[in-house]
Amino acid sequence: MASRLQGELLEVSMGPQHPSTHGVFRMNVALDGEIVRKLKPVFGYLHRNHEKIGENTSYLGSMPSTDRLDYFCSMTNNWAYALSVEKLAAIEVPERAEYLRVILAELTRLQNHASLLGFLLSDMGAWGTPLMYAFREREKILDLFESLSGSRMMCDYMRFGGCRVDASDEWLAQAKKIVVRFPKFLDEFEDLILGNEIVIGRTQNVGKISAELAINAGITGPMLRACGVNYDIRKVDGYGFYPRFKFRIPLGDHGDTYDRLMMRALEIRESVDILKQAFAQIAPGPIVNPKVKVRAFRPPVGEAYGRIEGPKGELGIYLISDGTPNPYRYRVRPPSFINLTLLEDMCLGHTVADVMVILGSVDIVMGEVDR
Amino acid sequence: MIGKGILKGMAVTARNFVGSYFEKDRLITVQYPEERSPLPENYRNFPFLIYDDSDPHAGMRCVACKICEKECPPQCIYIVKSDDKKPDYMGKPQFYPKIFDIDISVCMSCQICVEVCPFEAIKMDKDFELSKRERFDSLLFRKEQLSKSNDYYHKIHPLEAAGVDKNLADAAAAAEAKKKAAAEAAAKAAAGAPASPSPA
Repeated sequence: MASRLQGELLEVSMGPQHPSTHGVFRMNVALDGEIVRKLKPVFGYLHRNHEKIGENTSYLGSMPSTDRLDYFCSMTNNWAYALSVEKLAAIEVPERAEYLRVILAELTRLQNHASLLGFLLSDMGAWGTPLMYAFREREKILDLFESLSGSRMMCDYMRFGGCRVDASDEWLAQAKKIVVRFPKFLDEFEDLILGNEIVIGRTQNVGKISAELAINAGITGPMLRACGVNYDIRKVDGYGFYPRFKFRIPLGDHGDTYDRLMMRALEIRESVDILKQAFAQIAPGPIVNPKVKVRAFRPPVGEAYGRIEGPKGELGIYLISDGTPNPYRYRVRPPSFINLTLLEDMCLGHTVADVMVILGSVDIVMGEVDR
Repeated sequence: MIGKGILKGMAVTARNFVGSYFEKDRLITVQYPEERSPLPENYRNFPFLIYDDSDPHAGMRCVACKICEKECPPQCIYIVKSDDKKPDYMGKPQFYPKIFDIDISVCMSCQICVEVCPFEAIKMDKDFELSKRERFDSLLFRKEQLSKSNDYYHKIHPLEAAGVDKNLADAAAAAEAKKKAAAEAAAKAAAGAPASPSPA
């Protein structure tokens, strides 16, 4: 009897209500003892028909819905959508609005990466402490978002051809104060985790992907750069005012979970650099292009694909206009969904406990994966 | 040395634990119902309707143009226009909403209704303690519940309300000046007509 069971795989359904799956996400794993032999991700539990709703509402009406895609980074989602509509209708954006967009996108990157580091540690079993420290810093940035846009997470801040509210001098001073103090938190956080032997043991050589596989699978963002591929849309496309700033792109070497973890920590420091330059350069001026109509906005017939470097990777929005107030086609290219497609390749041969760590290092938000 | 990283991390934890008693930066939570952190000026929650002076009916700024109903992305506003008219703040007869409902269980606080309103009649409230025991009727806010005075608006958004009041006053003054100019022109024309030599 016992000999007949030899070699049989045990199928386990992890999720959808598993606390470490970062939302409602299911993995059907086939286990040989503790070792993962097969892994099938199951998406769609949080599907909300985002694209179809976008096709049935006005162009402006989709802007608040983009906040709900990746609810950690609503500012960058707004920017991706505004950018593609601006491409479609050839709208100019005033200088101050571009600077505000860069500032808010980089603040979003700070808080997204900080909370990701906390979540990842939480997945490794460091319950609470690192996550609470990360969330304490994130809360300061969310307070900035709240005092500017009116909401902590559902900002709905950007508009076609600019931004909705102007930032006061006090707001900029407050933001500058928080940004200047951010590296202090990072030093402390790196002391807490990066030298920790358990973290190193759990992450190094876990979930390796080769640069070739990552490129073929369309991986973007910090996950791709952890494999050593120098590809950052801020540099490649130079959208917004990014060509005006001096910053470096951190690159990994091994493509394992530790590199992905480090990539976030290093990117935060570069974002702090960009923010300091932006605070120094920003000048008063109009924040919205007055030619853009708020109501009955009709872009000309055509199509446009606007993409930005979101904190999780390339966030692109593809729009086809047929000249009516609603888009004919509205498509989102979500970075976390496409980064998740390599999950099986990363997890094979590792233990169940590693699967959670690898999944955490991908940095997914189910609101964006399922849309 | 193995374990050095862990000890370093422990030192950070200890610093944060002890520090939370002395540094305000490390302990940022407040004991909510007793203590409240102040809401920023721009905070927004759900929309409400503004009326001028003290009478919610006579002072109602909304003219039931239904633009917000049309533009609302989740379609949470329902308006029925009145049959009769009442004077607005400039004394012009206008319709008013007979029914104005906002389903706040559907509303996503996007502020698009505020942006598209040409009459400064709908603004965002700051009241967030809205838990109810029933899911449907008590979360459907009627006109009576939504109507709030301009004084209340000044209280919750002082800077924004001052700007709005100035815009409205300017618009009223401009309309008044235009009317006066038109009346003067008419008077001049009336005075000038007999003086001009009549043909034949």
